[in-house]
Amino acid sequence: MTDSPLLSVEDLHVTYHTPTGPVLAVKGVSFELGREKLGIVGESGSGKSQTGRAILGLTAPGGEVRASRLEFQGTDLLHADKRTMRRIRGGGISMIMQDPKYSLNPVMTVGKQIEEAFLVHSNDSKREARRRTLEMLRAVQIREPERVYRAYPHEVSGGMGQRIMIAMMMIPEPSIIIADEPTSALDVTVQLQVLAVLDDMISERGMGLIFISHDLNLIASFCDRILIMYGGQVMEECRADELSQAKHPYTRGLLNCLPRLDGSQDELAVLRRDPAWLDIREKIS
Amino acid sequence: MSILALRSWLLAEVPGSKSQARCQRLFIGWLAFRRNPVAVIGLLIIVSLILIAALAPWITANDALELDLGQRLQPPGSEHWLGTDELGRDILDRIIWGSRITLYIVGLVSIIVVPIGLFIGIVAGYLGGWVDTVLMRLTDIFLAFPRLILAMALVAALGPGLENAVLAIALTTWSPFARIARAEALTIRNSDFILAARMQGVSTAGILTRHVAPLCMSSVIVRLTLDMAGIILTAAGLGFLGLGAQPPTPEWGAMISLGRQYLIDQWWVPTMPGIAILIVSLGFNLLGDGLRDVFDPKSGG
Amino acid sequence: MIDIQNLNVVFGHGKQAFHAVRQVSLAVEAGQSFGLVGESGSGKTTVLRALAGLLDGVASVSGDMTVDGESLQQQRSKSFRQRVQMVFQDPYGSLHPRHTVDTILSEPARVHRLDRIEQRVVAALEEVGLDASFRFRYPHQISGGQRQRVSVARALITDPRIVLLDEPTSALDVSVQAEVLNLLMRLKREHGLTYVLVSHNLAVVAHVCETLSVMQNGAIVETMSVQQLREHNSTMPYTRQLLTASLGYDRGAIDAFEEFGS
Repeated sequence: MTDSPLLSVEDLHVTYHTPTGPVLAVKGVSFELGREKLGIVGESGSGKSQTGRAILGLTAPGGEVRASRLEFQGTDLLHADKRTMRRIRGGGISMIMQDPKYSLNPVMTVGKQIEEAFLVHSNDSKREARRRTLEMLRAVQIREPERVYRAYPHEVSGGMGQRIMIAMMMIPEPSIIIADEPTSALDVTVQLQVLAVLDDMISERGMGLIFISHDLNLIASFCDRILIMYGGQVMEECRADELSQAKHPYTRGLLNCLPRLDGSQDELAVLRRDPAWLDIREKIS
Repeated sequence: MSILALRSWLLAEVPGSKSQARCQRLFIGWLAFRRNPVAVIGLLIIVSLILIAALAPWITANDALELDLGQRLQPPGSEHWLGTDELGRDILDRIIWGSRITLYIVGLVSIIVVPIGLFIGIVAGYLGGWVDTVLMRLTDIFLAFPRLILAMALVAALGPGLENAVLAIALTTWSPFARIARAEALTIRNSDFILAARMQGVSTAGILTRHVAPLCMSSVIVRLTLDMAGIILTAAGLGFLGLGAQPPTPEWGAMISLGRQYLIDQWWVPTMPGIAILIVSLGFNLLGDGLRDVFDPKSGG
Repeated sequence: MIDIQNLNVVFGHGKQAFHAVRQVSLAVEAGQSFGLVGESGSGKTTVLRALAGLLDGVASVSGDMTVDGESLQQQRSKSFRQRVQMVFQDPYGSLHPRHTVDTILSEPARVHRLDRIEQRVVAALEEVGLDASFRFRYPHQISGGQRQRVSVARALITDPRIVLLDEPTSALDVSVQAEVLNLLMRLKREHGLTYVLVSHNLAVVAHVCETLSVMQNGAIVETMSVQQLREHNSTMPYTRQLLTASLGYDRGAIDAFEEFGS
């Protein structure tokens, strides 16, 4: 395994041009991703999801993406043509969305959809695709892969649906997975089981993961490294196991305002937002 | 209040009263509406129609019933812009006076149709159960007949005449409104704000009128504007068949009916009122499309 | 204050009947906060709605419920509606999109024929930390946290004794959640309110409540004090698993998770 990063992002900007003027969703985000689990955490409007979408060129119409560097294994994603992007999407970088109910085609069986995801990126036969699909369903800890293969998306539970999504995104063997709140719609035990599946597959295959979530606790316990975003900028970057020693007042504020199981019922600390957090960085860039 | 002050009042971040908040919503809706040129054309057509109808006594020479047999079947020209009919009446004057009848029909039908359709629809959709079944089967019965045929049957039973035509059109038009209102009420019924209202002890009547009805109004209004063309055409159709307004009333459909025997040699006699119907129907359709965009829930209004 | 005995809720009839709540009994004393914890489909929200009388015509509810000395009939009385209020989960769905904050807040006061409606509205807004400039705004013009404050203000207008909280902070950002939780705690102290809180978040329940019941598949698995919860002092494996899961991701612990089917 080489140490060169799978993905490098430098000074990423996403701007939406609206009738009331430009809205800056992401303002100068830079990071590198190796074969690791990188967490991006932030509140709504922090630009965390926009960052993930911009990497895959999935920014909504009306949005403009600029960066001084946006490179995936040597390919410039900003200037890649449509064919290259199609090859990279799925084959190189995959995305897992929050709600499998909206990401799966309701009138197609689960098996067919996974097969299709496989065949788009390879020239293997149908028979091989079926074999690989069943193997994949088994790999995401689905106990009766044959039954699930023939099932329609509405016939499976939320946790199962998200496992199917993981299988579908993993089967073309991408190097990077971007997971945008992949388990927020699930119950906490199911959420952890799904994450365990994702975790095992990523470490077995040596992939990179960008895990986008609002859940500080979850990210801290699941990822290796964390970016804390606020107002479209990275406030702080730290190793996950050192989050409790984070220095930035925003990170500290977020940590302190969480109610704790072992805490008291006293007043919770309230996050005081300081406009200076955003000003200083804007001046530098 | 100057225009600028009015504008800043309408766009103020913090509205100071309920009426200001309402005006602001209307104004923001208008700003969205204005961006759609086609819809604005539709609005202009309808506004002109209303103005023409209102000003009819001043912009026409006579009351459109006066005969001048010496001037019969004159082609369009400087004296009679749209020509004259078989009894020497000025066609432009008759169309102008006829706009009043068109508005009268359209207005009266809306006043009858919207409350009935809305009431039946939201009661059925919100209460559900057997109430829903009974009301919707009733609606289906009315929906099952082609509108013009049912209207004809009703007029034949009630006797020809403008009022009876209006009544017949109204009775055949309310059912789609009930369907729309019911569909809206079905989705609204399960929302949290309805539960919240029940939690506060708001009566069922209060929930229907203050919570459900206002949310159904926008799609009903859009449907109504889009249906206007159909109403006008049905009215014209009844007039054409001699079941609506009776001669010498200058109703557009009746005018076409009487003029059709002159279609070959004096084409303008039936064509001019036909064009009037076309323009007004088009105007309502364009307006309806524009309103639908403004009322689109996704636009946040 | 609240006493529920053998509550059963069944949705649908015959073959498609779904028994959502089974034999649930619980009691809440005045001025206390009671938590109902469980995963989705455990029936915790259904218990709350049955208590609120919001299941009329939707499900068949049986069991004895007494609130503030009043034995509840199928049709809730007007005084019940005044004394028991509710805050819903989704701040975007629980406010009428075409009503201004003023209309939303004055409606309950009008329904219960209270006096000085205007002063009540302004006072309620102030109480939840919103100034008078919010009075004539529409819900889509304010943020999620502000909407949830408006929902709380609406629940307070009639001066209730009991407030039912259905996941009041789960749709909010954590920093906003802290503000809303602080608000709820302060209001409880100042007005001597009784809360029933439904949540899937153990930490939130531990923060707000004194006692809680863990629900699973429509039945109460265990009722315990928050102190016991804090000390992980639970006898039921299901509760212990929820506790482990709420601590965050731990690869080793997950393999030991069990399925708790019905």
